[in-house]
Amino acid sequence: MNPRPHAALRVEQVSRTFPGMRGGAPTRALEPVSLDAPDNSFITILGPSGCGKSTLLRIVAGLDFPSLGRVTLDGQEVHGPGRDRGMVFQSYTLFPWLTVAENIGFGLRQKGMRAKERHEIVEAFVDKVGLRGFQNHYPKMLSGGMQQRTAIARALANDPRILLLDEPFGALDNQTRGLMQELLLGIWEADRKTVLFVTHDIEEAIFLGSRCVVMSARPGRIKADLAIDLPHPRHYTMKTSPDFMEMKARLVEEIRAEAIKAG
Amino acid sequence: MPRSSIETAPGERQAASPGAASSSPDIPAPATLSLARRTRRAMRPLQPVGPGMRVLLGIAFFAFFVALWSFATFGGFVSRTFLADPFTMVVEGWRLMTEFGFAYDIGMTVWRVLGGFILAAVLAVPLGIAMGAWKPIEAFFEPFVSFARYLPASAFIPLLILWAGIGETQKLLVIFIGSFFQIVLMVAVTVGGTRRDLVEAAYTLGATDTGIVRRVLIPSAAPQIAEILRLVLGWAWTYVIVAELIGSSSGIGHMIVDSQALLNTGQIIFGIIVIGVIGLVSDFAFKAANRALFPWSLS
Ligand SMILES: Nc1ncnc2c1ncn2[C@@H]1O[C@H](COP(=O)(O)OP(=O)(O)OP(=O)(O)O)[C@@H](O)[C@H]1O
Ligand SMILES: [Mg+2]
Repeated sequence: MNPRPHAALRVEQVSRTFPGMRGGAPTRALEPVSLDAPDNSFITILGPSGCGKSTLLRIVAGLDFPSLGRVTLDGQEVHGPGRDRGMVFQSYTLFPWLTVAENIGFGLRQKGMRAKERHEIVEAFVDKVGLRGFQNHYPKMLSGGMQQRTAIARALANDPRILLLDEPFGALDNQTRGLMQELLLGIWEADRKTVLFVTHDIEEAIFLGSRCVVMSARPGRIKADLAIDLPHPRHYTMKTSPDFMEMKARLVEEIRAEAIKAG
Repeated sequence: MPRSSIETAPGERQAASPGAASSSPDIPAPATLSLARRTRRAMRPLQPVGPGMRVLLGIAFFAFFVALWSFATFGGFVSRTFLADPFTMVVEGWRLMTEFGFAYDIGMTVWRVLGGFILAAVLAVPLGIAMGAWKPIEAFFEPFVSFARYLPASAFIPLLILWAGIGETQKLLVIFIGSFFQIVLMVAVTVGGTRRDLVEAAYTLGATDTGIVRRVLIPSAAPQIAEILRLVLGWAWTYVIVAELIGSSSGIGHMIVDSQALLNTGQIIFGIIVIGVIGLVSDFAFKAANRALFPWSLS
């Protein structure tokens, strides 16, 4: 076997232009973007609203296609969605006709795994995301935070090569969001899966990431790529540490300039 | 990290139901609410009504309707020749059931409706799903189905009598024609309207194309498909009566035509009410089945 290339996921000069509506001017959502995600890295992508973060993530997931450039995973070009790239969406996308447990087991069932094995994995993830007692609830009976926890468990249970998260906590209140960040970080610290995490929240980007990619206002490009050398395991009290504050001040500057440009 | 703190995260659970209490500064205990205030509260837009009250109100209108009918007939405002009074209707109905074997007619009509409707549903639902899921199939069938949908089923009756005689086949075909195209089109629209984000989520979980149809499109459309069937079954009832009015020797519609010749409006009304009652019962059954089958969909 070939030795695995250094970066598991490579985004190579990917750009995306949406055709204009009714003969209008086309929308340039993404300028050529290049990004390497080595194994076990937690990359946060930070940028103002409308800068093409979702577009980039959807292209990596294979749900959208680059106008130019390409995405490779372990050297293989990405041509469509697949179980190797799990995704948690910005909107709530649990299957409303399935219970929490059945949602989590969706991918495993698709794979043809037997009910007994599936049950064990699902149970483990129910515990990991703190939904014990809610396994047989339908999504509409859950709060937004519980739905996103289920969505994370659903993506992780499938054991993807990389996990893509598109502002999963964007619609949650501050305290819930903080708890969810700790939960996700706890899971990541345990198994160090490669993660791309999109957010427009600076603190979130620093607290979670081992690296933070800052995108410019539309059309999106990568404006800065910073390593975040805060030690693991991270505790929420870290958000008030001097190192954290310094990092935040730097990112605020980067983002501010972009937000002003975006208007 | 402590899991319990996550489960009870503030703001996670929805706040208590949007309180009626918060709107009035003087909050009385529920038992002491005045009637006026309770009425005002019940008449708020979208305010749900309790199950007991719902039944009571529903029955009240039936009672009101019968009262109005009695008033018009017993009071002599309408000629007996044109409209029988409720009492005569009940007597005629009893005679129909005991002397004229009307139960057999009812059975025939029910069997025709169900036969034609089930036949239509069994063929139309899969076709509708296929059209909703695969756009080339939709492009192939949709224009014709849209056209055929507007062909009035009752206008086919003379033609169908030529083709199939006045036997059961003809009756079933009328219902089939009346139901099939409607079901196909509505199911196709429902399946085609499946939330795209759910389809995408399933793809990222490794679903194949057939997996998408089987495990996303069909389950997500199922409650609405059941609703469509409930709706179309109601229409099938009107077709069957029309089919039985022409060239038939049994069925509720046949009885109605016979009674018309005898100017027996009591029997006609009894027949119509029987149809209504059967419709009501089947509607209830359908709704109950839907609630049991799709607990995730209704509130
Ligand atoms: N399907 C589409 N057709 C046309 N334009 C699109 C489409 N999807 C996105 N865009 C445009 O591309 C740009 C980037 O959109 P995108 O959803 O990627 O932004 P975002 O960074 O995720 O924003 P937010 O933080 O608000 O979610 C926007 O200007 C949007 O109007
Ligand atoms: Mg977005």
